[in-house]
Amino acid sequence: MSILLDLERLSVRYNRLTALSDVSLEARAGEVTTVIGPNGAGKTSLVNAVMGLIPSRGRVTFPLWPKAALSTGARVRARICLVPETRDLFGPMTVLDNLRLGAFVARSERGFDMEARLAEVARLFPRLDERRHQQAQTLSGGERQMLALGRALMLRPRFLMLDEPSLGLAPLVVAEIFRVIEQLKRDGVAILLIEQNARAALRVADHAYVLEGGEVQLQGSAATVMADARVVGAYLGMGRTGGAQGPVAEPPERIEGGLASGSEASRPARDAGVHHARTRPAIGAAS
Amino acid sequence: MTFDIAAVLFQDGVANGAVYVLLATVLVLVFTVTRIVFVPQGDLIAFSALTLAAFEAGHTPGTVWILALGAALALILAGGKAAGERNLAGLASAALWFGAVPAAIVLTALFLVPKEAPLLWKMAVTCALITCLGPILYRLVFEPIAAASPLVLLIAAVAAHFGLSSIGLHVFGAEGVRTPGFAGPPLVVGDLVVTRQTVGVIASSLVLVGLLSLFFRRSLSGKALLAAAHNRRGAELIGVSATAAGRTAFIVAGLIGAISGILIGPMTTLYYDSGFILGLKGFVGAIVGALAIYPLAALGALLVGLVEAFASFWASAYRDVIVFTLITPVLFWRSLASPHVEEEAE
Repeated sequence: MSILLDLERLSVRYNRLTALSDVSLEARAGEVTTVIGPNGAGKTSLVNAVMGLIPSRGRVTFPLWPKAALSTGARVRARICLVPETRDLFGPMTVLDNLRLGAFVARSERGFDMEARLAEVARLFPRLDERRHQQAQTLSGGERQMLALGRALMLRPRFLMLDEPSLGLAPLVVAEIFRVIEQLKRDGVAILLIEQNARAALRVADHAYVLEGGEVQLQGSAATVMADARVVGAYLGMGRTGGAQGPVAEPPERIEGGLASGSEASRPARDAGVHHARTRPAIGAAS
Repeated sequence: MTFDIAAVLFQDGVANGAVYVLLATVLVLVFTVTRIVFVPQGDLIAFSALTLAAFEAGHTPGTVWILALGAALALILAGGKAAGERNLAGLASAALWFGAVPAAIVLTALFLVPKEAPLLWKMAVTCALITCLGPILYRLVFEPIAAASPLVLLIAAVAAHFGLSSIGLHVFGAEGVRTPGFAGPPLVVGDLVVTRQTVGVIASSLVLVGLLSLFFRRSLSGKALLAAAHNRRGAELIGVSATAAGRTAFIVAGLIGAISGILIGPMTTLYYDSGFILGLKGFVGAIVGALAIYPLAALGALLVGLVEAFASFWASAYRDVIVFTLITPVLFWRSLASPHVEEEAE
């Protein structure tokens, strides 16, 4: 599968604070790539930097769309979309206007059919369709998340980044959001999924990265990462086997004896399928 | 008061009100797109009239130097930023908008506007000069702090006003000017004599309010501009650059300011600092429209004009006090009508 996003040694700093250091990552066409990790691991900084919203060092390349790296607007025009953790909706505007604006850059393209896109999003989120004339700021948290996702889908993205789509939502709504993610995956949309809900994310993902303290600690196919003893201990909860919508406990703020502890040398890969980030060939195993 | 006097005052009020409508419209436009209360709009109007007067007198208007200096500063800022980011497209855009375009306008104003040139040509060059100042002002003053709170933006706007009027005093001098009006005899309607200038001001205000109102309510492009004010990041994520939206708003503000100055120049004497009081009165009108609704803002501005005309007849010493007191009941009513919203801490 061809590479859609190639990050090389990406670093993000906020004044003296390092949010990301030397993160290398790839996302491939037709796959769901997930990045899991605790609060403050740098997950949101990662997608914001990929989207060009914050300054970063290192290389962000989109091999299929070289021009996309120029600016956030260029990424959007290349159909690279981000659904941010903060949703960033246009509160005083109606649901319908929010959705239409999602396709703003495509509005005058030949062959683009606004009504068909609206119908498609309405099919995925019938609840949004019922509230189409309501102001976005009057929606519930779950509906806002659906609207944020729907707004991005209006553009028929080729590469979609989702930042914590399940954050703060009721289990039923989380299930609905993940149902849509699976549907998108079946439709062949490449997705970069940032999640704290590691169990749900790993179930839908093909490939996974574990980010802690701004560094990739582990990466590999979703199945192998899910089987990794440290991931099970830190993110999946000891011996828990809930469904996607099951209540997955938030990972501890700081993982005692977790992945982040110990030096590089004292942390050999335990599983044949899981590699440390600095040993790059890992991704090949998944594709 | 006789009917005749009332009719004259009414006509006066409507004519002044129409000027405030132009101002209120721009204030609403700039505020809804950028959250800036654009205090210096009045200065642009005064500069426009002063520029046209200088062309009429055969002088080089000071606006030329303001534009040249402003464009040079903007070019350094924008070009430097783009060069730092190795952004070739940004560099080219800066060179075009802050280099080539202002240079062409400045050269035209310097060499191609002789004293005997037709009035329309002078008006066109005046429009170009003032319109070009809009985006430059945005680049220099507001773009670096575009994400700040409306209060910070307001303070910057007031500072920009003081800066502009000081520069205005330096380049235009303290003399007041009146510019020539549209040629043609006044129109007579019954007992009323209406100048063509007044009709022009009222007609342009109406057209402008209608067009802007339609643009923002009906078109997706208009809504995209509003989106940039509602949520900058959200706008970036749908491919609408908040910076480009701000610049567009300021280009329109500059153009309307230029037209306003040309329209009201013949009706009243304008000085380098006349803009502030004009701006405040337009602001009262815009507040009636909650800084968001064009037709309401226009009505408010007309009301300001009428109150001002009648106040100057009955209590001319208190004219401005009466006009500005109008804002109190409006604010009181709005505070009751709309729920309190915490300022977003973005």
